[in-house]
Amino acid sequence: MTADTLLRQLIDGELPDDDGFFGRFGGRFVPETLVPALERFEEGARGALDDSAFKTELKQHQETWVGRPTPLMYAPRLSRAWNAQVWLKREDLAHTGAHKINNALGQALIAKRIGAKRVVAETGAGQHGVATAAACARLGLPCIVYMGAIDVERQAPNVVRMWRMGAEVRPVTTGDATLRAAVDEAIRHWVGDPEGTHYILGSAVGPHPFPWIVREFQKVIGVESHRQMLEQAKKLPDIAVACVGGGSNAIGFFHGFLGDADVELHGAEAGGVGANVGQHAATMSGGTPGVLHGSRSMLLQDGDGQVSDTQSISAGLDYPAIGPEHALLAHVGRATYHAVRDDDAIAALDELCRLEGILPAVEPAHALALAKRLCRNRDNPTVLVNVCGRGDKDMPILTKLAEQQGGAS
Amino acid sequence: MKPHQRIAQAIIAGREQHGIALVAYVTAGYPTLDAFPEILKEACAHADVVEVGIPFSNPIADGGTLQESAREALKRGATMTKIMRTLRDLDGTLAAPLLLMGYLNPLLAYGLDRLADDAIAAGVHGVIVPDLPLEALGMARPLTDASLATIGMVSPVTSDERLARIAEHATGFVYAVTSVGVTGQKRSDQAQIIGYLTKVKAAATIPVCAGFGIRSKQHADALRGACDGVIVGSALMEAVGQGRDVGSVLAALR
Repeated sequence: MTADTLLRQLIDGELPDDDGFFGRFGGRFVPETLVPALERFEEGARGALDDSAFKTELKQHQETWVGRPTPLMYAPRLSRAWNAQVWLKREDLAHTGAHKINNALGQALIAKRIGAKRVVAETGAGQHGVATAAACARLGLPCIVYMGAIDVERQAPNVVRMWRMGAEVRPVTTGDATLRAAVDEAIRHWVGDPEGTHYILGSAVGPHPFPWIVREFQKVIGVESHRQMLEQAKKLPDIAVACVGGGSNAIGFFHGFLGDADVELHGAEAGGVGANVGQHAATMSGGTPGVLHGSRSMLLQDGDGQVSDTQSISAGLDYPAIGPEHALLAHVGRATYHAVRDDDAIAALDELCRLEGILPAVEPAHALALAKRLCRNRDNPTVLVNVCGRGDKDMPILTKLAEQQGGAS
Repeated sequence: MKPHQRIAQAIIAGREQHGIALVAYVTAGYPTLDAFPEILKEACAHADVVEVGIPFSNPIADGGTLQESAREALKRGATMTKIMRTLRDLDGTLAAPLLLMGYLNPLLAYGLDRLADDAIAAGVHGVIVPDLPLEALGMARPLTDASLATIGMVSPVTSDERLARIAEHATGFVYAVTSVGVTGQKRSDQAQIIGYLTKVKAAATIPVCAGFGIRSKQHADALRGACDGVIVGSALMEAVGQGRDVGSVLAALR
């Protein structure tokens, strides 16, 4: 199928197809034990999204509890510094501090609807874990969160938040002890109890229907952004930028602009500390097609199909694969993905702090760094950046950096 | 005889001789690349069919023991290329037919066409791919074209309708996962297992083997009559990890 046809199908809402494929990416590559659970979840999700009562309930939670719509903000001092018109979508102002709540809330509502007795989740930076813990607390569902032992340490404030909300946090010491290992363990847990447990996957990755359902719940970011740009800026952006690990904030954000051919879509991947294997998590820049965690997408792997270790200052982007829909967007040329190194992200984080008084998470700091790069050599472009989370959770990392730099001046 | 028929025949022969056939799982390259050929030979001498596990970095259906054995094998440099070379060198010296058990990604990286050719050349008779469900079986075309057995896996939560379709497409045997969960875990209730295996047997025209959580002769004996064979993996790899003799561990299961 040609790239144009695939893009048209995507814009028209025809992808994923019935088998969960976005072109040649996606699918459902899982042990047989999980198939019935995935089918039940898909059926439950389709029923929910077609049900006006469900939509009303979701909207109510979004408005009164999540704080939607989140603001769109013009950034005057950043605009001057970049010689651009810079607009920020403030997902950091959503309840629990990141876009993750959009998906966690939606899936928790479906979990309840399909009669799940408990929820299991994985988390990298802790934002998805906190969001899931919060949604489960609100809906009265027991919640277990798997988190890599390394991430437990580097995102300690979020671990405490999860505990306080009644979730059980299980540190994972196997494998690389980061997000990938946490996903492995959450899936293993789910394989052990597919009937009683619902697994709230936190990104647009994994077997069908997860990439689809996560996108559906994150689309609210793009839909709001599109409307708010027209209302406030009186125009659409020339460039829209979001960070991508698994890619949930980016896919929801991009979806608001997919049909607007003049809006360039750009994803910022974790460039880590270098371009060599094991030094980064830039899946699209350094990966090849492969199957991990139930889905075919771009994957960081060696020639034998073993998944590579990754590195990034941001636990949320530290994942060797990317959502299959992003792989398709790159394949058809609708979105472009770029590696952004740790130090560039931190510089961008500092710039937003100092010029606008906003401490972003290190994940969207990657998007800010990329946006700044893209503004160079252009004449006063209108750029929209999705600030998908706030940086409070990153204090341990930032404190360590400040100590290395001889203390904050 | 086609490779997949050889697997089915070995299971039936094992059942006729011992009451229930024994399928042994060994992780390729574990505990070391050098020790593996001897372990494989021993396994083949005492089991009716042997599964050779291709190590993968993210084996989501495996419990702690098999996960650890794969990690160790990878650390010691096990790759598909080396494993296939080892099998080719051993071809003709092994007493039992072989199955490759591997997650999809390393197999795709190797290339399924190449895998089919090399498997036939190395005397391999079939494959088990735990993360290749019924709907994606079309991808395994190069393997089925080569008449390699493509073992179908079913679980206690599989619907009757899916069970019928999986049994219809499987060759070699139907792998009935006895417990919901990863490998090596405790098993479900005995009466439930028997009821489930009876249902699988009724749906299948090829042999049915039960796996996951089978650790002793008592476990195997309890399934006599309800299925054609049992698959022992974690218990065996645990024994290998402790330096115990594979032959005597398997002999004790008979």
